[in-house]
Amino acid sequence: MATSLDTRTEPGTPVTHRRPGSPGRPRLSRIDMKYSPYLYVAPFFVLFAVFGVYPLVYTLWVSLHEWDLLAQEHPFVGLANYSALLSDSDFWNSVYNTLGIFVLSTVPQLLLALWLANMLNRQLRARTFFRMGVLIPNITSTAAVAIVFGQLFSRDFGLINWVLGFAGVGPIDWNASKLGSWIAISTMVDWRWTGYNALIFLAAMQAIPRDLYESAAIDGARPSRQFWSITVPLLRPTIVFCVIISTIGGLQLFTEPLLFNSGTNAIRGGPLRESQTMTMYMFENAFAPNYNFGYGAAVAWMLFALIVVVAIVNVLIIRRAARSS
Amino acid sequence: MHVNSRGRRLAAVAVAVTTATLLAACGSDDGDSGSGDGQITLTVDVFGQFGYDDLYRQYEASHPNVKIVERGTGSNLDEYSPKLTQWLAAGKGAGDIVAIEEGLLVEYKANPGNFVNMLDHGAGDLKSNFMEWKWNQGLTADGKQLIGLGTDVGGMAMCYRKDLFEKAGLPTERDAVSKLWPTWQDYVRVGEQFKAKNTGAAFLDAATNTFNTIVLQYGGAGGGYHYYDTSNNLVVDSNPAVKQAWDTTMDIIDSGLSGKYQAWSDDWVAAFKQAKFATIACPAWMTGVIEGNAGADASGKWDIATVPGNGGNWGGSFLAVPKQSEHQAEAIELAKFLTSPQGQIGAFKAKGPLPSSPQALDDPAITGATSAYFSGAPTGQIFGAGAKSLKPVYMGPKNQAVRTEVENAVRTVELGQRSPTDGWTDAVNNAKKAADK
Repeated sequence: MATSLDTRTEPGTPVTHRRPGSPGRPRLSRIDMKYSPYLYVAPFFVLFAVFGVYPLVYTLWVSLHEWDLLAQEHPFVGLANYSALLSDSDFWNSVYNTLGIFVLSTVPQLLLALWLANMLNRQLRARTFFRMGVLIPNITSTAAVAIVFGQLFSRDFGLINWVLGFAGVGPIDWNASKLGSWIAISTMVDWRWTGYNALIFLAAMQAIPRDLYESAAIDGARPSRQFWSITVPLLRPTIVFCVIISTIGGLQLFTEPLLFNSGTNAIRGGPLRESQTMTMYMFENAFAPNYNFGYGAAVAWMLFALIVVVAIVNVLIIRRAARSS
Repeated sequence: MHVNSRGRRLAAVAVAVTTATLLAACGSDDGDSGSGDGQITLTVDVFGQFGYDDLYRQYEASHPNVKIVERGTGSNLDEYSPKLTQWLAAGKGAGDIVAIEEGLLVEYKANPGNFVNMLDHGAGDLKSNFMEWKWNQGLTADGKQLIGLGTDVGGMAMCYRKDLFEKAGLPTERDAVSKLWPTWQDYVRVGEQFKAKNTGAAFLDAATNTFNTIVLQYGGAGGGYHYYDTSNNLVVDSNPAVKQAWDTTMDIIDSGLSGKYQAWSDDWVAAFKQAKFATIACPAWMTGVIEGNAGADASGKWDIATVPGNGGNWGGSFLAVPKQSEHQAEAIELAKFLTSPQGQIGAFKAKGPLPSSPQALDDPAITGATSAYFSGAPTGQIFGAGAKSLKPVYMGPKNQAVRTEVENAVRTVELGQRSPTDGWTDAVNNAKKAADK
């Protein structure tokens, strides 16, 4: 943490810019100059230490123990939880589901958001209305979204199966197939987050100088060419940002799949664990019905590792893609 | 140097937010549980419907210094039990009295240090107020600590919709219906007749609920245990009661009688409302669930017959006092009141949980009780008759996790994801895995 403190406050360490011992500078002021920047950034680091670092380290500590939530004794077992986890097929199933739902939701979501942002960036009637409108799904509660979509995707009483029925498609049991449940959950996620990402893209698009487009237009570039050759490359940092944020959110997906699988043992995510994500598997083990806190903590750390890996891969892919275009 | 004005403002905001957060965190206290004038508040944590509201008012009237607050009313056991475990593990947050369901009691009993020993507070005198097995369930293995006082038991019956039976040309009068299915094989046969009439409804809600009923019945009639034997060995694969219950359930699934509604799901609730199934295995506490789910429109359309096979028990709860309570003595007094025969009768009248006290079961208030919602069925007699003679089933340490796995295997067969043979293999393997976790 000390190192990050230094880098963060670099611009605020001005002592070097002044001639040493210049007259008329009281000592108090010098102390102020030297230390107050640290004070300014302290709130973040204090909060981060309490709510970020401490739980992280404590979780690691718990994961090295056989930790029954109610028991008084928590024997140390070293890496036993991790080695059990690596050969646990239900765990890998949850990893597979998490990644599957992540890809199925994030890719269309960001493409759609980009398209929406591009639309909203044009001269439209009631522009502010539309711009605010796309954000509305984001401010509805996740639980409400999940419950409503859960009903839409209901096997016997759902609107979607009813509509599909007209096309002669028999009632689909969305909960009891991998693809079905993944699609349903991805739809919920996308409905909620597409508008949010679109607004971020829109903000970045408006920072692109207009004259770039004007000169491109004079050179005869059509709107689609302008979009791919000017907008997308200049949006690169924003796209990286959105991808990373979506990665963190997507890999921690919990409420949507949990509420989608209503009823007993919803935490399993379907009879054959069709849509059980990693966070659900963590909860199933750390809390009901297993109450094995150590094992749950190990799942949490594996999730952390996975997010880091996926985020790095994301950044590499996007850098390369943007560079080549 | 210059810090630009924007930076300064941001820093000021950050400081302000931090301060506010810290202040808010420090400012919240533990409520009004210990105000100076001797007034105390007792918190009771429950799930589902315990029917205690009138009893609280009565108790508050006779104990002017006590105020009672109930939390968790109507919540699902799946939501409630992890919360309770977290409160106990954290040593903070649990109510002064907590309700514990019998299937989970065994896990809490493994760490009795979390609870007050009620025997130290004179609860031993109350033994005769409870059926013997119910009392014993509340004791730790060595018999030295009483964790909880029994509330209700889950005497079994079969609830059915008269309008759907009529549509299918079956008798609708409750004694005649009871005669249709002395055994589960008869139940399947009636179901096949029902199905042949194409009423647009399934014969039963879900095979999982029915399986649980059957396995508790067979287990009780056999050695008095199902998934674990009384020495806590996992016997899912070797106990004939479990396999028999499995095979009977497979017959039901095979005949296509199940509506396949995942129990307690939104679809299940909707299926009640839309009359999508005709029968449901019905422990005493289920009557309240049916009334809540099917709604006032279905009043008088349901009735209650005896359950196929022989009696059985599903569910029932206990009231315990966590050690973390600041008012242990007062909480135990309240728990004694709520679980007294009169308290149990009061709860039965309010929401239908069947008393675990033989005195209460013999009381005219129970024997004469009828339910208008269930076409005037004599609920006290139907459920009470079986309750006193019922054979309890022993529940082992990981009972809940194991039950989850076995029922889930039933579900995969019901949905056609597994053949009965593969489903059984899954049930056995996954149960073993869950027991080891």
